[in-house]
Amino acid sequence: MAAHLKKRVYEEFTKVVQQQHEDLSTKKLRLTKPSKSAALHVDLCKATSPADALQYLLQFARKPVEVESVEGVVRILLEHYYKENDASVRLKIASLLGLLSKTVGFSPDCIVDDAINTLQNEKSHQVLAQLLDTLLVIGTKLPDNPSVRMRLVEVACKHLTDSSHGVRNKCLQLIGCLGPVEKGVAKEAESQAAKDVQKIIGDHFNDQDPRVRTAAIKAMLQLHERGLKLQQAIYSQACKLLADDYEQVRSAAVQLIWVLSQLYPESIVPIPSSNEEIRLVDDAFGKICHMVSDGSWVVRVQAAKLLGSMQQVSSHFLEQTLDKKLMSDLRRKRTAHERAKELYSSGEFSSGRKWGDDAPKEEIDTGAVNLIESGACGAFVHGLEDEMYEVRIAAVEALCMLAQSSPSFAEKCLDFLVDMFNDEIEEVRLQSIHTMRKISNNITLREDQLDTVLAVLEDSSRDIREALHELLCCTNVSTKEGIHLALVELLKNLTKYPTDRESIWKCLKFLGSRHSTLVLPLVPELLSTHPFFDTPEPDMDDPAYIAVLVLIFNAAKSCPTMPALFSDHTFRHYAYLRDSLSHLVPPLRLPGRKLVSSAVSPSITPHEDPSQQFLHQSLERVYNFQHLDPRGIQELLEFTIRDLQRLGELQSELAGMADFTATYLQCQLLLIKALQEKLWNVAAPLYLKQNALASAAAKQILAETYKMEFMYSGVESRQVVIIHHMRLQAKALQLIVTARTTRGVEPLFGMCEKFLQEVDSFQRCFISELPHMQGSFVDKLLDLMPRLVTSKPSEVVKILQTTLRQSTFLHLPLPEQLHRATANIIEPTGESDNPLRFTSGLVVALDVDATLEHVQDPQGTVKVQVLYPDGQAQLIHPKPADFRNPGPGRHRLITQVYLSHTAWTEPCQIEVRLLLAYNSNRSKASSRAPKSTWSESLEALPPPENGIEGTIPFSKPVKVYIMPKPARR
Amino acid sequence: GAGQDVGRSCILVSIAGKNVMLDCGMHMGYNDDRRFPDFSYITQNGRLTDFLDCVIISHFHLDHCGALPYFSEMVGYDGPIYMTHPTKAICPILLEDYRKITVDKKGETNFFTSQMIKDCMKKVVAVHLHQTVQVDEELEIKAYYAGHVLGAAMFQIKVGCESVVYTGDYNMTPDRHLGAAWLDKCRPDLLITESTYATTIRDSKRCRERDFLKKVHETVERGGKVLIPVFALGRAQELCILLETFWERMNLKAPIYFSTGLTEKANHYYKLFITWTNQKIRKTFVQRNMFEFKHIKAFDRAFADNPGPMVVFATPGMLHAGQSLQIFRKWAGNEKNMVIMPGYCVQGTVGHKILSGQRKLEMEGRQILEVKMQVEYMSFSAHADAKGIMQLIRQAEPRNVLLVHGEAKKMEFLKQKIEQEFHVSCFMPANGETTTILTNPCIPVDISLGLLKRETAIGAAPDAKRPRLMHGTLLMKDNSFRLVSPEQALKELGLAEHQLRFTCRVHIQDPRKEHETVLRVYNHLKGVLKDYSVQHLPDGSITVESILIQATAHSEDQGTKVLLVSWTYQDEELGSYLTSLLKKGLPQSTP
Repeated sequence: MAAHLKKRVYEEFTKVVQQQHEDLSTKKLRLTKPSKSAALHVDLCKATSPADALQYLLQFARKPVEVESVEGVVRILLEHYYKENDASVRLKIASLLGLLSKTVGFSPDCIVDDAINTLQNEKSHQVLAQLLDTLLVIGTKLPDNPSVRMRLVEVACKHLTDSSHGVRNKCLQLIGCLGPVEKGVAKEAESQAAKDVQKIIGDHFNDQDPRVRTAAIKAMLQLHERGLKLQQAIYSQACKLLADDYEQVRSAAVQLIWVLSQLYPESIVPIPSSNEEIRLVDDAFGKICHMVSDGSWVVRVQAAKLLGSMQQVSSHFLEQTLDKKLMSDLRRKRTAHERAKELYSSGEFSSGRKWGDDAPKEEIDTGAVNLIESGACGAFVHGLEDEMYEVRIAAVEALCMLAQSSPSFAEKCLDFLVDMFNDEIEEVRLQSIHTMRKISNNITLREDQLDTVLAVLEDSSRDIREALHELLCCTNVSTKEGIHLALVELLKNLTKYPTDRESIWKCLKFLGSRHSTLVLPLVPELLSTHPFFDTPEPDMDDPAYIAVLVLIFNAAKSCPTMPALFSDHTFRHYAYLRDSLSHLVPPLRLPGRKLVSSAVSPSITPHEDPSQQFLHQSLERVYNFQHLDPRGIQELLEFTIRDLQRLGELQSELAGMADFTATYLQCQLLLIKALQEKLWNVAAPLYLKQNALASAAAKQILAETYKMEFMYSGVESRQVVIIHHMRLQAKALQLIVTARTTRGVEPLFGMCEKFLQEVDSFQRCFISELPHMQGSFVDKLLDLMPRLVTSKPSEVVKILQTTLRQSTFLHLPLPEQLHRATANIIEPTGESDNPLRFTSGLVVALDVDATLEHVQDPQGTVKVQVLYPDGQAQLIHPKPADFRNPGPGRHRLITQVYLSHTAWTEPCQIEVRLLLAYNSNRSKASSRAPKSTWSESLEALPPPENGIEGTIPFSKPVKVYIMPKPARR
Repeated sequence: GAGQDVGRSCILVSIAGKNVMLDCGMHMGYNDDRRFPDFSYITQNGRLTDFLDCVIISHFHLDHCGALPYFSEMVGYDGPIYMTHPTKAICPILLEDYRKITVDKKGETNFFTSQMIKDCMKKVVAVHLHQTVQVDEELEIKAYYAGHVLGAAMFQIKVGCESVVYTGDYNMTPDRHLGAAWLDKCRPDLLITESTYATTIRDSKRCRERDFLKKVHETVERGGKVLIPVFALGRAQELCILLETFWERMNLKAPIYFSTGLTEKANHYYKLFITWTNQKIRKTFVQRNMFEFKHIKAFDRAFADNPGPMVVFATPGMLHAGQSLQIFRKWAGNEKNMVIMPGYCVQGTVGHKILSGQRKLEMEGRQILEVKMQVEYMSFSAHADAKGIMQLIRQAEPRNVLLVHGEAKKMEFLKQKIEQEFHVSCFMPANGETTTILTNPCIPVDISLGLLKRETAIGAAPDAKRPRLMHGTLLMKDNSFRLVSPEQALKELGLAEHQLRFTCRVHIQDPRKEHETVLRVYNHLKGVLKDYSVQHLPDGSITVESILIQATAHSEDQGTKVLLVSWTYQDEELGSYLTSLLKKGLPQSTP
């Protein structure tokens, strides 16, 4: 870029020779080389009219400026600034000054004085505002220079009296961003005007312009963010601003009040018009609640969101938010919720009340009715009924947060959450179901509530149903009728949407194990057993029957009396299900059938420590093998790999760890095999066989290292370096093999250089890790580096070969948590015998449903591959929206794959599988620097093809039977 | 109309010399002359057009627009009539329907004709939401969204700086197809609000909706038929949307029917005026217009005998005649069926009877109809409740409130509440009663730029929030007010300037010589009045700005000096301050 710029400068100079003379004559240009500033100067001098000058400036702004020449450019700009009469050009110059001082690596302290000077004679308000903006940029670039900051703040204070709102806005912003935060600094500079920033900003809370008021509040918030403790005195001022005419002001004021309520929750404020006093946080809570019924929805959203994070509020205030006194013709009426509750309790205690009478009861005192509630009354009732769904979602979220911290509130808000299940907008429904799940530990559902919850099971949206299943997994039900109801509804759901099978079974599993005592009395009815008669044996393949059994078996696990109620076929079915659906059916201790359970159960019971120990022991054994002979090393590695693989199968918690190490050892084994001296010493004609083996090994090691790097979540930099090291070894091996097989030196040059470059980049990336790698391949290699660079390729190869052989085996430290990314395609099942028929040339959509576990950033990496019988492969990038995130570390991909092919004579199977795309440039090694997820996702998303270097299949392929028919004429 | 009463809304507002009529409704309860407002009240002789500047119709319900053709065509009014676009579209359909029932069914004569409705609609000017319409040079009106029914609006009427807001009927809680009413902080002098539910605070609508859906769903699952008697517009659409979305969500298959006729035409307009509906419908209409019902089909009489479950919306809403009654008679005998009354029923109708629990009904021809079907009542009202009304008042911050469209007893309660909470006066006039409200009209005055600049230059920085004292001359000329500098006023009026001077004598006990006294006074004043130019003139007098102070010895008592203080009218403030200062005497310590 720099070269390009220079070129541009030269071009200018060659074009206009006269101008160059002019340049030389001006004293300003004492620059050693013709730089950007010179070109700009030329341009500006040429400009005859303000419009022209503006054009030049605009062009100039499009190109970046090198750091060295920034100061020069700034000087030139300033010079022109003073000469210029047109405000628009000055404005542009001012904005350019700001842009220039942002240049990375440029320290703007040298231009502070000039920038401040420009302010003095400026008349145009717009230019003033822009200049202040520039000062703000300069100030933020100089965080450790308090005196400059003080000066800037002082300047800003001076301009606070400007009549233009824009200027005042910028001044406040500047004060907010740069104002002194610590008291000490302020004291040193006591002589100056900027003594108490808070007071200065606070004075502008009453500015006549709403934009300035907003800016003042924002500046205050900015100060708070920068760590200044705001004074409590602001609170009353902020409260007044809540009644402002303008929504931005109100919205900012709500934030300010929230901040203050978090700072001084316990201080006492008086209630106006009475002698009482309440805690500040309660008062603030009441005020923010009041804003939930504000006229502007922006403010409402803001208020509703903030409510959720006010957790120090006293409980009676909290509970008021759900309270809305109903009346009808001046008589107190009970809410439907109260009625429902009473209805329920009447069933229990038979209070004699009639069911569902909503006749208004007692007369209310007209004086006692407070129509405009001063405090929190009914804030959530209003929020949840709001017109805009944004407000409703915010209210639900707030409810969730408050309920998580207060069980009694959770109990109370249940009714309202349940009501939200019937919202007209799906997102709101989904959100409220999730919320309910989050607080479900604190609550027990009443039967009538359960009824409403279950009614949503018939929703046609899959997300809603699945969220609801998740919810049912962790809810507490109080009665056996409740359980029965839930079961009946779930079965209904199953018949209506058979695809929900898995999710429903899982739901019933948890439901059963949570409520074993409630299930017990239901067992005879559920299994339709009869005390005297034998009932027909139900169909074992019926998903509904399986669902019932899942419920019962899970309940039986903690209820030993239950198996006594089972009939013979139930036991048989148990054995069958225990094998076929082992993740849903727990091991049971059944009378007289000990074999069934005892064989399997020991392996299930977690013996964490022994197996962990075993893992470490076997690894240690491997790492100490240096003194063994090669034969012994190979055998030991083979055994250990076998052991680890078996361990991974048995212990699901350790599977990731075991697989990871096994893969690593496998790589090492391959390397050792490939390097066996015996093979390398044979005569040239026999190279062929040895070459084949070595190059295959190199390739496999490469593939395995990519797997290790990208398929496991929780890999740390310590591991990454070792993986990369192994890859480097594999590449060295490849180089050696090619060197021995190819004739001529020419191609080798390129390869050697490339390899050396890689070594170099390895060194750069992992410089901090190098000390840990004593005696390793790379360590030795780096020692020899000067020699390598200068020597011929054949020598390089020889050196590499010896170093490879001599290098030690690196110890692979294990991270705390290591999980292997796995994917399981649920749909298509691959069992169907009916081919999917479609006309050739057209497309058919295939629904793909898969669960992904431990995949980081699935949106960027997971792809679907379709393999046609003719070997043609197709890679499909699912949309980011197709991924759901049901829980930590888990993802779900529900997408459609479009298939198309030319006509076939008969149906054939295609393979569908999931791939994990990776790109080592984007790998953990290079992007180790803290990068926000946002920017990462941004860069990964737009052209996904560019970022893919290779792919790793990580799911079992599923076969789909398809049949493209020839098109009919 | 509508004073302490529900029905035939018709309010006359005189504001700053302009007369505006708000709504022109009929009364459901009467069939004689009382059904229309008494227009002779407006003016005894002379044409209405001369007296009224404009007529505003808030929405298309007959109790707000039913008398319009009568008023404009039979009584005679040719001025502009303002209403929103949906109201203009749907209003004639309802009027025509109303005419048909009155003339064709009841055989009344002397009623307006179809042609009259058409002619009347020609006088209508349609307005958009938040559009400011200039009726004439001074009168302007502006419509705000009101919820309630499609196209319902609240109107702000403004003349000069006096303004009135008329709410019509409105709803503060959004429902399935309409949003909530909204007003900005317009601070009108008077807010005229409806108060149908002045004493009610309603429960969350979600419970009602849920109950409704659950009942319908259960009945349909049992294989029963559900009859929902509705009036053609308003709530009917709400319930349709509710059921339609529910059917969609739950994948239900049972058919829903809607009785044809009037409704179909109206639904057409609902489809057109999507912008007047709520957020959800507005957002989704690109994919599918919510009023293009997928599950709801037109009803045919023969369908009533079809087996299997179904849901039927039928008119009219009180089961007193027509299709809904026919269907009711067919289905009443089966306990699996259900009838849901979604609104209020007038006494004497079948609807009222079954709601009050009567199970045996006597039909015409002495037949006894036994009602075995379930009877449910669900209130879906689209009026603001007491809280809603208060909320609107809070939003608008009016200086006065006037309650209409409600019962006197209930208004009383609300009135008391409003006065207590907002400290604004509240009125509730009866029909025919006139309420006069005093306003503080502000009178704009032109100020000459020179004077403004001169005055702002004096004193502290400008602060527009605070009133400021300015000196100038108010010139009332040619029906306009101007504030000009005195010099200019003199010039314009051709008057000579008179100078007004005040003089005052102050006695001071001072035995010294005159010029010494003067010197002392001079030093004293110089010390006190630091900001003013205090000069000691050679002729022995002192000037403070334009104030002249001279000292002479008292003719009788030499020890007493007389200070003569003289100032012009312009320096009155300083002059009086000086005299009071001098009256206190000179400080003793000065030598």
